[in-house]
Amino acid sequence: MKKKLAFAAALLAASVLGGVANAKTLVYCSEASPANFDPGTTTGGNDFDASSRTVYSRLVEFKHGGTEVEPGLADKWEISDDGLVYTFHLHPGVKFQTTDYFKPTRDLNADDVVFSFDRQFNKQNPWNGDKYLPNLTWDYYTGMDMPKYVAKWEKVDDLTVKLTLTEPNAPMLANLGMDFASIVSKEYADQLAKDGKMADFSTKPIGTGPFQFVDYQLDSVIRYAANPDYFKGKEKIDDLVFAITPDATARIQKVLAGECDIAPYPNPADIGTIKANKDVTLMDQAGLNIGYMSYNTTIPPLDKPEVRHALNQAIDREALIKSLFQDAGATPAENLIPPTMWSWNKDVKTDAYDPDAAKKVLSAAGLTEIQLWASDRVRPYNPNFQRAAELIQADWAKVGVKAEIVNYEWTKYRSEGKKKDRPGAFQIGWTGDNGDPDNFFATLFACSAIGVSNYSSWCDKDFEDLIQKAKKTSDQAERAKLYGEAQVVFQKQAPAFLLAHSQVYAVVRKNVSGFMMDPLGIHRFDGVDKAE
Amino acid sequence: MLKYILHRIALLIPTLVGITICAFAFVRLLPGDPILAMAGEHGVAPARYEELKEQFGYNLPIWQQYTRYVGEVVTGDFGVSISSKRPVLEEFKTLFPATLELSFFAMIFAMVLGIPAGIFAAIKRGSWFDQSLMGTALVGYSMPIFWWGLLLIIFFSGYLGWTPVNGRIDLQYFFKPITGFMTIDTLLYGKFDAFRSVLRHLVLPTIVLGTIPLAVIARQTRSAMLEVLGEDYVRTARAKGLSSARVIGVHALRNALIPVVTTIGLQVSTLLAGAILTETIFSWPGIGRWMVESISKRDYVVVQSGLLLIALIVMAVNLIVDVLYAVINPRIRAA
Repeated sequence: MKKKLAFAAALLAASVLGGVANAKTLVYCSEASPANFDPGTTTGGNDFDASSRTVYSRLVEFKHGGTEVEPGLADKWEISDDGLVYTFHLHPGVKFQTTDYFKPTRDLNADDVVFSFDRQFNKQNPWNGDKYLPNLTWDYYTGMDMPKYVAKWEKVDDLTVKLTLTEPNAPMLANLGMDFASIVSKEYADQLAKDGKMADFSTKPIGTGPFQFVDYQLDSVIRYAANPDYFKGKEKIDDLVFAITPDATARIQKVLAGECDIAPYPNPADIGTIKANKDVTLMDQAGLNIGYMSYNTTIPPLDKPEVRHALNQAIDREALIKSLFQDAGATPAENLIPPTMWSWNKDVKTDAYDPDAAKKVLSAAGLTEIQLWASDRVRPYNPNFQRAAELIQADWAKVGVKAEIVNYEWTKYRSEGKKKDRPGAFQIGWTGDNGDPDNFFATLFACSAIGVSNYSSWCDKDFEDLIQKAKKTSDQAERAKLYGEAQVVFQKQAPAFLLAHSQVYAVVRKNVSGFMMDPLGIHRFDGVDKAE
Repeated sequence: MLKYILHRIALLIPTLVGITICAFAFVRLLPGDPILAMAGEHGVAPARYEELKEQFGYNLPIWQQYTRYVGEVVTGDFGVSISSKRPVLEEFKTLFPATLELSFFAMIFAMVLGIPAGIFAAIKRGSWFDQSLMGTALVGYSMPIFWWGLLLIIFFSGYLGWTPVNGRIDLQYFFKPITGFMTIDTLLYGKFDAFRSVLRHLVLPTIVLGTIPLAVIARQTRSAMLEVLGEDYVRTARAKGLSSARVIGVHALRNALIPVVTTIGLQVSTLLAGAILTETIFSWPGIGRWMVESISKRDYVVVQSGLLLIALIVMAVNLIVDVLYAVINPRIRAA
């Protein structure tokens, strides 16, 4: 009898253990709670990791680990010769996720695509305003200038959608790969509207992505299951769990203890410990960002390129980067765009450290005093503006230029800094949205961005012609050539001092495979596997 | 007694008004424009800026914004979070049990260790035990919570592997909350292994959050005890030939506990303040962490209403303590 009992117990234990071993669970220690699960309404990277990159898909996608655009829900597309009409052909038979709160009766079609965008700008659409959620601002849709460029979205047939633009805009395709452009289910929206539960659209998401939503315990755990109907094939892991862990040190301890498999953003101070641990891998990549310092190119003597070059040459950039980024490291910037972005010009080199040459030019130009701006905020591309300002101040003092550091709180800092008559050198930076070079060149240095985000008030005809032409050209090779030339002009004119592209890190346990760092700063779990 | 309670409640009204003004003013004194903060790196076009200002009501004169806010709060409307778009009160209700549960255990921890330690130190006044206990209490009181929490995690979870790093329960357990108190919910579901997991997760945050109250309670008990031990009636009790245990346990302790109860009540605000850091380190899904994240997101509605709700709780606890104090010590009622 005893033996029988023992056998039964062993069998039971084996089946329980077997059950655990069969379901592959990947735990990701995310850095913050998502605001909600509707990627059209949110702006944070952590929001997107939890919604658009897990639950949803888009017409086009960014290549895993890169910034090139590749087919998503649209198998292929045509762009008219005038660059104004985009025709997308949808993948047939794409299923929306079936959950305990929604059972789709039809496959994805053009209505879903049209609805996904219409709700973000059409004030008549009930999902645009307060009926859905209070105080909606659709920040990314407006931030990417979609209202300016989009004339209309039309359904041609169930599997064909037509987008008409107001003017040619080649970066549009990359915009459609962004999180806000995630495709939602119109059928689900209609059902919720009928049931009077519209707000559920943001808390119980339904998409066509690799994972489907299971449960969210506020500020604690998000659970997903692999979408069995995923149109690119079911994922290898069965369950995906986000364990929300805001403190960076605790996050890393959790990976080291095996309580989670992947964690982003370690503290620079912990990098040594991580590297020394044999169970985990530290992954890194140059982020899609740039830290720089804009000179106001309209106020003498900063209107002369040679003066701006001389100020650049006076800064010991290597020491500056080392002091700012410490163990975390950063890639010194040669161009405005990081090396991971297509069209990066490898032949362009920024000014080398040469204080003696700088001194001659600066004294000849009579530059003895300058304002140097710094803010209080930690940014991914510059962890300490104030420290950077003090080091640059010391470097400039050595060449006879006395810098006065000007401080403001972050939002005031930017609103003061972008004024056309703001004097001196202004530290700032940028994190890319969609991997398109236009998102750097035009956003930061187009003539039309003066007073908005062109902190150098720099309007150079050659540069402007090149980037505007590239914006209107559909062919990527041609565009790459134009941006390559624009980088040469930028280096020659030096409207800014280029600091660095910071590294982004993630800590991954050794038994995890297929996880890739993403230059766009997103964390994707499709294609990830875990050995037991 | 009823008169006393009503009197205490009446005194709370001006405090309440003060708190609404503070909460309202505080978020407006924080540097940073909420609209610009919301727009992020992209910035916002001037026309859109005005539009958003109107949408959020920031275009109204400040006194109108205040009266509108008070009007809403009085009707129980604490607003809607700018970032999540969920009602603030709903989020608060979801998260508060986690904070309450942790604070409860931290307080039990502080009392169970602090009161006996204080009594013992008082009895053995001047001994090495007394000296080292008071020294330790001072260290505990001055310990930066953040540092202390990380130190415990690195040692007990990282190095020894005895306790989980953070969170409230192992991720394998998954059930819909009933009360929101994990210790209760796991038992209601009859999942004892899950209950054990909850207790394991409570160990470190309880110690971290309970450290300061523990130090305060130990010191307070000691000094109250010393005072009482010097009283005439204690001497009388001893002279009557009562056992030392009876003198201390019945005659001295009961009277010594009066100031200790007040101290414990006052520690509630310490616990809520400590929860902000403890919850952040231990990924504890409570209101402390919620406030921190909302401040960094410049979610002014949550910060403003969260402050008010927390203040209301502290006031309620103080009221209860006052009443309890009157129960223990009838002299107070007469005064």
